[in-house]
Amino acid sequence: MNPVSEAFERARKEGRRAAIPFLTAGYPDPEGFLDHATRLARLADLFEVGLPFSDPLGDGPVIQRASERALAQGVRTRTTLDLLARLAERSRVPLLLMTYLNPVLAWGPERFFRDAREAGAAGVILPDLPPDEDPGIAALAQEAGLATVFLLAPTSTDARIATVAGYTTGFVYAVSVTGVTGARDRLPPELGELIARIKRRTALPVAVGFGVSGRATARQVAEAGADGVVVGSALIRAIEAGADPAGVLAEVREGARL
Amino acid sequence: MFRFLDYPTPDARGRFGPYGGRYVPETLIPALEELEAAYLEARRDPAFLAEYRAYLADYAGRPTPLYFAERLSRRLGGARIYLKREDLAHTGAHKINNTLGQALLARRMGKRRVIAETGAGQHGVSVATVAAMFGLEAVIYMGEEDVRRQALNVFRMRLLGARVVPVGSGTKTLKDATNEAIRDWVTHVRDTFYILGSVVGPHPYPRMVRDFQSVIGQEIRAQLKEKEGREVPDAVIACVGGGSNAIGAFAPFAYAEPRPRLVGVEAAGEGLATGRHAASIAAGRRGVLHGSYMYLLQDEDGQIAPAHSVSAGLDYPGVGPEHGYLADEGIAEYAAVTDREALEGFQLLARTEGIIPALESAHAVAYAAKLVPTLPADAVVVINISGRGDKDVAEVQRILEGER
Repeated sequence: MNPVSEAFERARKEGRRAAIPFLTAGYPDPEGFLDHATRLARLADLFEVGLPFSDPLGDGPVIQRASERALAQGVRTRTTLDLLARLAERSRVPLLLMTYLNPVLAWGPERFFRDAREAGAAGVILPDLPPDEDPGIAALAQEAGLATVFLLAPTSTDARIATVAGYTTGFVYAVSVTGVTGARDRLPPELGELIARIKRRTALPVAVGFGVSGRATARQVAEAGADGVVVGSALIRAIEAGADPAGVLAEVREGARL
Repeated sequence: MFRFLDYPTPDARGRFGPYGGRYVPETLIPALEELEAAYLEARRDPAFLAEYRAYLADYAGRPTPLYFAERLSRRLGGARIYLKREDLAHTGAHKINNTLGQALLARRMGKRRVIAETGAGQHGVSVATVAAMFGLEAVIYMGEEDVRRQALNVFRMRLLGARVVPVGSGTKTLKDATNEAIRDWVTHVRDTFYILGSVVGPHPYPRMVRDFQSVIGQEIRAQLKEKEGREVPDAVIACVGGGSNAIGAFAPFAYAEPRPRLVGVEAAGEGLATGRHAASIAAGRRGVLHGSYMYLLQDEDGQIAPAHSVSAGLDYPGVGPEHGYLADEGIAEYAAVTDREALEGFQLLARTEGIIPALESAHAVAYAAKLVPTLPADAVVVINISGRGDKDVAEVQRILEGER
């Protein structure tokens, strides 16, 4: 079993859904990122690090701002890999690298995945790559020893679920809403139905992201039958406001108890 | 009379050679599949074709003239130059060919809300126009920088009843407006139709927009036959940003024999060497943006680089996937002219023919001014005048008077 699946298994045995925080690499600045990430990792089962991108079309305003700020400070692919490596030294939580496709292509996919693996990533999340669009990409990532996490959405048909799950290892990332990333007060009631449809077609764990803001939304995710919960924008918003993002993650973790 | 022609591209997966495809968040995949199915079904339906033709004729004012530019021909001392007058189409640019087609499709699919991105505002005005005519709700995304540069078009859109949303992220121009339109679509995908304005974006947009715009090239063939006794000129010249007017002019020639020289003219901005330009084919590398694999302006880490052109409509860091294919295969050739050359082309056409072209189209005129003197006198050249220049007059005045 790969470390990603093991993390879900361990959380389950402890009576929890896996808690998966997300931060943009280098936000609010490289050292600040490492401090926040290290503290958040203590409460996490998996940790998602985003490579900042100039055109993050799947992200809402909060992660857009974080991305712009990181880029303005010169954070690029090399910096992100270095931060990942330093985080891996400080924490044993499996790390997932989230990136839009173009930086991967520019770096060279084979080199990118090898370097990500060497930096300590356990998996990659590619939000703008429907895996069947370029099947070679997922294959290269898997050959480099990375779990390949792809997204499914409320609009996904059963046929799409089967196709995407076929390229996925580690876990399926279910998008809670039709929309972009960003904290919401509540999640759509059909969430349980989406998770059930996915689980009928794959044995992989299912984590839910987009819209999780705290205890209540995390509880909704847990009750809908998910195995993990991702929280990103709400953490970045806390950092923006000068508050402690670990407080938000603790609430999410609490809400996601079985 | 416009017909839906069958071209050898793209393949079933929306690829023009390696270019194109469908690189979007999974949420949109079912919507793109639905759109593709609806489009393929519509183009087989004689009633849809009849309706589209009727709106092209009675609303857009087609066919647009193919005008023999006698004084310009004499001035440049080479070929016989014809101007395809897309500037005379309703709303003042070729954009209406595409927006009418997509709005008819939106109505057919039962979508009451349409969204669009716009750079210079020409596409936005065109969408606002057809939305008003069909009674659809329209939301137009426009970069804050372009809102400032093109205030008149912002007012036109609002006058037509559209909501214009300024976009303040990234470079605050067309690329960011496109990001925001895609975010809107991801969020409201079930009841919203995205009217994309160029031959970019995920499949089936590059194909569908080309098919609608190919009315330009189809008319050129028929009109040239009448005026010159031949359907195929020696060269067709068109400006290329995303590339929709160029593809529209090229497509009916590109895959047939005999083939004229097809010349796409990109914006070299302040010069290719300065890095401040929008010439994706001349100076870009391949990558993925806005759902499509194409030539792109980007840094070595794959971050998208800001484009620059005096013309807001060419100010885009990518270029339609079919153009990449036509360039690689040697079917079309691509050149680039600077802001300064485009401004000269702008004035040249105004003074020789009494036609003020859009700054975008002025790039094609500027390149013709270089090419034509090298051609034999009996050669026939068509320049696609993709739009009229009223929108640019204030900006050109600012630049020219600033130079004095």
